[in-house]
Amino acid sequence: MNSPTDHHRGLARHVCGECCTQIEGIGVTLNGNRVLENVSLHLHCGELTTLVGPNGAGKSTLLRTLLGEVPHTGAIHFLPVFGHGRQDAPAMGYVPQHLEFDRFSPISVQDAFSSVLSRWPVALWHTRRHRKTAREALSAVHAEHLIHRRMGELSGGELQRVLLALSLTPVPNLLLLDEPVSGIDVPGREMFYRTVSELRQRFDLSILMVSHDLAGVTAVSDRIVFLNHRIVCSGTPAEVIAHPEVRRTFGFDLAAPNLP
Amino acid sequence: MNAWHQLVSALPFEWTQFAFMRTALLAIVIVSPLFALMGTLVINNRMAFFSDAIGHASLTGVGLGVLLGLSDPLWALVAFALILGVCIIALQRFTGANMDAVISLSMSFSIALGVVLLSRGGNFNKFSHYLIGDLLSITTREIYQLLATSILVGGALLLGYNRILLIGINESLARSRGMSAWWTQMLFCAAIVMVVTMNLSWVGILIVNSMLIVPAAGARNIARNAGQYVWIAVGIALVSGVAGLIASFYANTATGATIVLVSMGCFVGTLGMKAARSRRAA
Repeated sequence: MNSPTDHHRGLARHVCGECCTQIEGIGVTLNGNRVLENVSLHLHCGELTTLVGPNGAGKSTLLRTLLGEVPHTGAIHFLPVFGHGRQDAPAMGYVPQHLEFDRFSPISVQDAFSSVLSRWPVALWHTRRHRKTAREALSAVHAEHLIHRRMGELSGGELQRVLLALSLTPVPNLLLLDEPVSGIDVPGREMFYRTVSELRQRFDLSILMVSHDLAGVTAVSDRIVFLNHRIVCSGTPAEVIAHPEVRRTFGFDLAAPNLP
Repeated sequence: MNAWHQLVSALPFEWTQFAFMRTALLAIVIVSPLFALMGTLVINNRMAFFSDAIGHASLTGVGLGVLLGLSDPLWALVAFALILGVCIIALQRFTGANMDAVISLSMSFSIALGVVLLSRGGNFNKFSHYLIGDLLSITTREIYQLLATSILVGGALLLGYNRILLIGINESLARSRGMSAWWTQMLFCAAIVMVVTMNLSWVGILIVNSMLIVPAAGARNIARNAGQYVWIAVGIALVSGVAGLIASFYANTATGATIVLVSMGCFVGTLGMKAARSRRAA
């Protein structure tokens, strides 16, 4: 039987696999601390790249740099392989680590979807098209029943699923996931990873995911990057797991059954 | 305008026989929905204290207008409030400073400066109507001004509603959609300045912010989505606006403050409804 990793590699030939985001020698200094140093990384369509590393290694900062929130040195190129022809601003989906928001805001899940779909004010009413799109996006993450709930009422796992569906509406070119499964139980995690893995094939999407859960992500990742202010090592899950510093950081017995 | 006066004076009430009351009623019907709509966004984006500062900054605007010898200080007022608003947002964004402290500082500065400017020569009383507002001051020309700015600002708010809503939920989330939080916040700030300053003369500096906040805060207690939020806020604003106007006529009190008290009553009412609902759910 093929290992899960082989299984995904087999599927990978259906996607274009071209390089679509080039990160070239990024450096970030925050409050006098060098957070990222000479980070170069190429992201490919239809591939899931996972960023791992110790706490405070600059993983989230790298994501926020891609979002354009952090001043940096070096260059980020978004290549127009999607045919949208815009080099500087691809559509990005983003699932934050902890969505900090006012839990008492009267904003329903449907409101959040409608507000990203068009400028038609959600305060008036939702068009039939927006209702349909939101229902479909939610059913992809098994969260259709949450559509009329207030955002603030959702549990941690429900919120992450809704945010994933939201980040895919409309389908972005680049999906950034910042520890999307922290605070979710193990079955919830597995479902989340499975969903993400399916999505990348279906939409030819390039995904950059930050994770602490190295054992969980080896099966679904095409590439793993070990970041500790700079890139310590990067490669296939098997290569990264074999790296001595990764073993030191995460301990040994991780994900051994999934090794190809 | 004539049609409005004929229509309202046909109502069998004592207060409808006065032209200034009919004009004031029209003003309330025009601006209440706008106040409510804006209030929902102001609270969602945690800018209630910010809009309060803008209201109080108007005092300095009036002072500057008088200093410059303008016959109508409205434009000095708009300009000063706008500059202050931009400064507050820029300070907060680029220094990462504590928003509360920045707003409180700028409010202290603008109130102090306003009082100093207006009290020169011991004539502060001349300007006290700016503090509590003057219902009689609304002219037909001002009604047209209110209507024009309300349509303009209301239209802009509806056009930007989704963006402001999303930025209110989470800025990074909005940015991933290519929305610039900075520009949206600036335009929103300009909209707040317009609404606050245009209504200052009849509502008064002291409570103009309450007109913005209280209906939306009440709606927030019971609304379950953005649509309900806005419509309930508009309802509370209209009901308390009209009821407050009539009450102030018979009680001979300042209209703006009376309206705010009525809407506070509505707020307490929604709080009760919320408590009742959570008890039922439990």
